[in-house]
Amino acid sequence: MGALFVLPMLMIAILSFLKRGTYGQVVYEFTLNNYIRIFDPLYGQIFWDTLVVAVLTTVFSILCGYPLAYYISRLEKSTQQIWLLLVMIPFWINFLVRSYAWVIILRSQGVINTFLQSLGIISEPLPLLYNSGSVLLGMVYTLLPFMVLPIYVSLEQMDRRKLEAAYDLGATPWKAFWHVTLPMTKTGVVTGSILVFVSSIGMFVVPDVMGGAKSALIGNVIQNQFLSARDWPFGSALSIVLMLLSMLLILLYFRATKASETKEGSA
Amino acid sequence: MKTLRRNALSGYSWLMLVFLYLPILILVLYSFNDSRINATWTGFTWKWYVSLFENRQVMQALMNSLTIGVISSVIATVLGTAAALAVKHYSIRWSNIFNGLMYLPIVIPEIMMGLALLVLFSQVQMELGKVTLILAHVTFSMPYVMVIISGRLADMGKELEEASQDLGATPWETLRYVTLPLIMPGIIAGFLMAFTLSLDDFIISFFVAGPNSTTLPLYIYGLVKRGVSPEVNALSTLLIVSTVLLVVVAEIFRRKDSKNNQSIF
Repeated sequence: MGALFVLPMLMIAILSFLKRGTYGQVVYEFTLNNYIRIFDPLYGQIFWDTLVVAVLTTVFSILCGYPLAYYISRLEKSTQQIWLLLVMIPFWINFLVRSYAWVIILRSQGVINTFLQSLGIISEPLPLLYNSGSVLLGMVYTLLPFMVLPIYVSLEQMDRRKLEAAYDLGATPWKAFWHVTLPMTKTGVVTGSILVFVSSIGMFVVPDVMGGAKSALIGNVIQNQFLSARDWPFGSALSIVLMLLSMLLILLYFRATKASETKEGSA
Repeated sequence: MKTLRRNALSGYSWLMLVFLYLPILILVLYSFNDSRINATWTGFTWKWYVSLFENRQVMQALMNSLTIGVISSVIATVLGTAAALAVKHYSIRWSNIFNGLMYLPIVIPEIMMGLALLVLFSQVQMELGKVTLILAHVTFSMPYVMVIISGRLADMGKELEEASQDLGATPWETLRYVTLPLIMPGIIAGFLMAFTLSLDDFIISFFVAGPNSTTLPLYIYGLVKRGVSPEVNALSTLLIVSTVLLVVVAEIFRRKDSKNNQSIF
């Protein structure tokens, strides 16, 4: 079963060096053109936009998710289980459906605009949907559980005695959190960030449903190359670059957190 | 000071729950709204559900989803159980490699998996349709089945199997009368999990479905792209309700006299 997955990945890698025929078929001839084409500024911009959205999604997910995970980890065991289940249930609901739910709320005849107009606060509907803000909102909304759970797990496994020690040594709650809790739960933050980052970098449904035609992220371009433009070799090249890029960033992230960990250890 | 901070944190957490659930609740609520175009509440109605059940395309998509869901989750459960049993009995080195391969589909972006399967099916010249959907669904749901059953097997320990063999049972009899009954809650939970994943999958199905094998999520996507209609709300609500029910039932089975209550995630 694992092979059923590794094998096709290799096929994508091979495909990315082949040519597209006139009718969208694959021509078995070696070429580097697909990779050269990626250096077109148009695709550079899309890659950049994708990275910006992915980084922002990760940052907002940490900001929203950490306090929630912290709160859950301080509850009674039985209450914790209920909260975890409550956080997980939306995660199980189809994220196409969840992004669509935001369309109902944000569109020009949606819940917010109708409400504000009926109160007479605005006369024209606000453009809440189909912009980069709504895409970001949708991303954070659909991926938040990925962040909460790993952080919760690492908070749960943390040695609380170190926190007590910090208090005994006169640390304020904020200082204790900053110097003890946060560094000790770094693994959770890293794991959550990777899950959120990797998911958002390949995401095409949220930008498709909540971003409209204006926001094309790399996931949308790849999907387009495979299903509409029928240029599989170029689509493959884009996905290979996307995968290498996300691997590289994950590696750098691991390095950075590892390095700061050892620095703290020796200090 | 301390209680103030505590209250602020608790208030924030409740706010996050509202953030998570409000859109879903609004979607469900508006599936009963009489108005076709506006978000204004104009009265309670069942008519979108009625028109849904009279829509032949929706019923066809539902049938496709159920057929693919049942067949793929049965296969995924059988293979996943076998894989979990195999990993338990093989040497640690092989188990690690095997485990790594099994977890790969869980951590790789879904779009990549969809593409990879599309390329594979086209290279072996399989026509896209129900068969390719079933194969794809087996591929992505099997690891989850395996994770659940492996957890169950780890809880069980070796004593009972050893006792059974000491009493003269053949390996097959041990499997049939000792191991399988003991891990049955895990198997049922795994099956339900696979079924939920299959029923709910959009991205991978998006790439490997043929023109005549539209599933419910694919149908919803089509409706969403064509513009907002209250029927989408009704269909989405039904999908939400069935997903939540299945997940809760799967959780109950998985926790059934299981010692460790840690979640699957």
